Amino acid sequence: MMEKGIVELHEALVNKEVTSEELVKESLAKAHEVQDKCNAFVTILDDVKALEVTDDLLSGIPYGLKDNYSTKDILSTGSSNTLKDYVPFFDATSVINLKSHNAICIGKTTMDEFGMGGTGTTAHTGIIRNPWDLERQCSGSSSGSAASVAAGVFPYATGSDTGDSIRKPAAYCGIVGYKPTYGMISRYGLFPFASSLDHLGCLTRSVRDAAIVVDAMKGIDKYDMTSWDSSNMHLYESLSDNVKGKKLCYIKEICDPSNYPDASKELKEHLDNFYKTLELCKKIGMEVEEVSVDMKLLNALSSVYVVISCAEATSNMSNLTGIVFGPRSEGKNYVEMMKNYRTKGFSSLIKRRFIIGSYVLQAENKDRYFNNAQRVRRLIVDTWKDLFKKYDAVILPVGGGPAKYLDESKNKDYTNSRILEEHLQIGNFGGFPSITIPNGFVSNLPVGINITGNCYDDINVLNIAYALEGQMNYKNQIAKEVK
Amino acid sequence: MDGYKVLIGLEMHCEISETNSKVFSSAENSYKEVPNSNIRPLDMGFPGTLPRVNKKAVEMALKASMILNCKQPEYMYFERKNYYYPDMPKNYQITQETKPIPVGIYGSLTFDYKDEPRTVRINNIHLEEDAASQDHYANFSTIDYNRAGVPLLELVTEPDLRSADEAVAFLETMRSIYQYAGISEADSRKGQIRCDVNVSIMDENLDDTDPKNWGTKVEIKNVNSFGGVRDAINYEIERQVELKETGKYDEMEQQTRRWDEDTFTTKFMRSKVDAIDYRYFVEPNIPKYKISKEWLEKIRESIPELANERKEKYMNEFGLSEYDSKVIVKDKSISDFYEDTLKLGADPKSSANWLTSVILGYLNKNEIEIKDLFLTPKMLVDLMDMVKEGKISSKQSKEVLNKVLEDKKEPKEIVKKLGVTQISDDKTIRDIVVKVLDEHPDLIEDHRKGKNTFDFFVGQVMKATRGQANPSLTADIIREEIDKR
Repeated sequence: MMEKGIVELHEALVNKEVTSEELVKESLAKAHEVQDKCNAFVTILDDVKALEVTDDLLSGIPYGLKDNYSTKDILSTGSSNTLKDYVPFFDATSVINLKSHNAICIGKTTMDEFGMGGTGTTAHTGIIRNPWDLERQCSGSSSGSAASVAAGVFPYATGSDTGDSIRKPAAYCGIVGYKPTYGMISRYGLFPFASSLDHLGCLTRSVRDAAIVVDAMKGIDKYDMTSWDSSNMHLYESLSDNVKGKKLCYIKEICDPSNYPDASKELKEHLDNFYKTLELCKKIGMEVEEVSVDMKLLNALSSVYVVISCAEATSNMSNLTGIVFGPRSEGKNYVEMMKNYRTKGFSSLIKRRFIIGSYVLQAENKDRYFNNAQRVRRLIVDTWKDLFKKYDAVILPVGGGPAKYLDESKNKDYTNSRILEEHLQIGNFGGFPSITIPNGFVSNLPVGINITGNCYDDINVLNIAYALEGQMNYKNQIAKEVK
Repeated sequence: MDGYKVLIGLEMHCEISETNSKVFSSAENSYKEVPNSNIRPLDMGFPGTLPRVNKKAVEMALKASMILNCKQPEYMYFERKNYYYPDMPKNYQITQETKPIPVGIYGSLTFDYKDEPRTVRINNIHLEEDAASQDHYANFSTIDYNRAGVPLLELVTEPDLRSADEAVAFLETMRSIYQYAGISEADSRKGQIRCDVNVSIMDENLDDTDPKNWGTKVEIKNVNSFGGVRDAINYEIERQVELKETGKYDEMEQQTRRWDEDTFTTKFMRSKVDAIDYRYFVEPNIPKYKISKEWLEKIRESIPELANERKEKYMNEFGLSEYDSKVIVKDKSISDFYEDTLKLGADPKSSANWLTSVILGYLNKNEIEIKDLFLTPKMLVDLMDMVKEGKISSKQSKEVLNKVLEDKKEPKEIVKKLGVTQISDDKTIRDIVVKVLDEHPDLIEDHRKGKNTFDFFVGQVMKATRGQANPSLTADIIREEIDKR
């Protein structure tokens, strides 16, 4: 049953073909199975109770929460040793919202530590494996959410996305990953990584489910000043596959195979597949145009991202001292306690990022690094906003091919396709609504395509994805172990 | 300090006590005896918590900015000051200091110092969150997060003050402004006011408007009372003069010191080279928002009459002396009490007399505040009315007031209880007057010859009535009866 979509499950529940108890039982069993193979969960809530089925589409249906969502009375670690025993006493606003729909959380999913990382290899409970090929990464950071949804544990899981952390693992696991416009879902109760870039969202197996889930999670929140009122936006009800006359563009500097003279076979196939998908877009009445963007801006993407995200992260995470919460360390005084806690608790990747963050904010470096990064961020966002004046959305391939191997030495085939790996960050710079859907296979592994639109234009972005999804056979696909 | 000019700048921190909640969290903004009883998850820095700006606190900060003649920003935003300290569980403070324009910049305040107007330039005033309070014991320290997140106004002056007393006079003026404007109780006993003081000295014959001539700046941190400010400045001046006199001044680095209340000295904390880099950046969780002209106008209109304006009013409209006016406006609660009696119809001069001569003396003697008195403005007006209507004499009224304060009973009740009441009946007094005059025909003669025997007659009537005869009526009747003879 859990391989079905939300609407089908709801109908089955309403028609008494299945009970919420049975769904929970099935979901838990599947969760343990996926846990054994992929390490997708930090916590599986074996004692969770079924909930009443109402008219609400989500009622009585299991789902997963990324472990950086604060959950009352449930361990919430952010996949970090620094919070390995932290049980919050309050729910994130989005969790409260899902609860009010009688949605049933059956587990907290594993992630890259505090969302920092794109490999799914930095969780304190170990690496996360891709259910299509256990030798491969899910990428990250919403790795456990992607793995569990792809494996059919439940129809949806929540994610968070600071650079591409929902949209990239979705692509590598063959599912849908959607982050709505910044502030549509309250960030209250999400462990922060970089506040100005952090988005909440979901991973599902269809665009329709993504619309249903975000409808439930979203809403203005008095506890998040950056949230806004979207009560007049009904994503699910607004779904339509009539996209005739919509205009899409793709970026030559990112997509043109001639940019990658030493491209691997996989990258070539991936780009080929991308252009095939563009043909599908045209087939359903959309116009697709190639546009050109200053390569200098694209080359600056990763620096801008690193500088801003690390700066905000080092400040956001300075509350982690192990003194008020978290496993307190020994020490002669509070400074030593704090040092021991942070030194032992954080992975080396995070510590490296903290050092970068501190460095770029130091008085003598701030203008050169941090302020410049903000300026370039603005330039990039303005460039994209200009595109949105003419086009409904930008459509681009996700990554340089299928998921990478966990064993880094096997990844040598991956050529210099940096910009393909980084362009999703633009969605975070601008707070743009952005969705990834599966668009085929390369080396028998799923690959994805991304559609990004202007702020507050979520309905348009979803409809384009919805229409395109209808032209392909990857909707509701469940991971089949290929190796 | 002969031969030197002293340059003093102040950083005055004052908690805003008059908002319902803290500046970025929904915890109550009130002074609580029980430690850690007034906190929300944000105040403890729990993961995932976010700040939200208290509009009322911003409004009060803008009000202060206007009173200090500062320029207000077009947009409101905040920034983070990053540093690790146990009193700040997030390990950053949300404040406004550098790039985002604070609630006010480049203002000035004119205040009275030894009856002369002095003007201090204000560099900026900004809104931030207070830290937790700590108590240090021999082997351990305690932290109370009740204070964490309380709105705090930091006011930074240019080094325009020239002596410790002048600095204190400025601080007293600011305290009065905060109280009158309804921004803060500004009570240093509750820790609501804390100061950092910058002191430098320079040769007297040099031009102090040219920063090139200024001496090395020494900052003294965390001075928590006005007395402390005076003592710390005076100590620091002496210390720096001593360095000059012994030729060691040039070796002194720009530095931060702390005021040690136990030894009455300043102690070295760190030199400028060890200054903390706070790695400021704009707070991303608070979107910048436009401050509308309409809102600013509304705030401007809401600024109440301040001490100085009330003082002018008392002198010019009510005819009070400058001294009495100053005494009354010095404490807002006393001035409010005074104005309340006027609203109830009291005569401005006699009400002021009551306050300055009797009531303030009583407050000082008992070391209490006017709000602690049983006496209300209404009671004082009742008492004054009884005198005016001739029901009691003014001498009696003082006795009645003391009883009101001591016994905590209404004036009317006291009058009844004491049996004090004034004889204002013409016939009763006239009978006594006639009797007194009859007994002293010789003194009537003396009176006619110009000798002052009139007061004797009044005294005799008072004696016969045990002081209860209405004095002015008595005088009138004596005059009439003498003329008849």
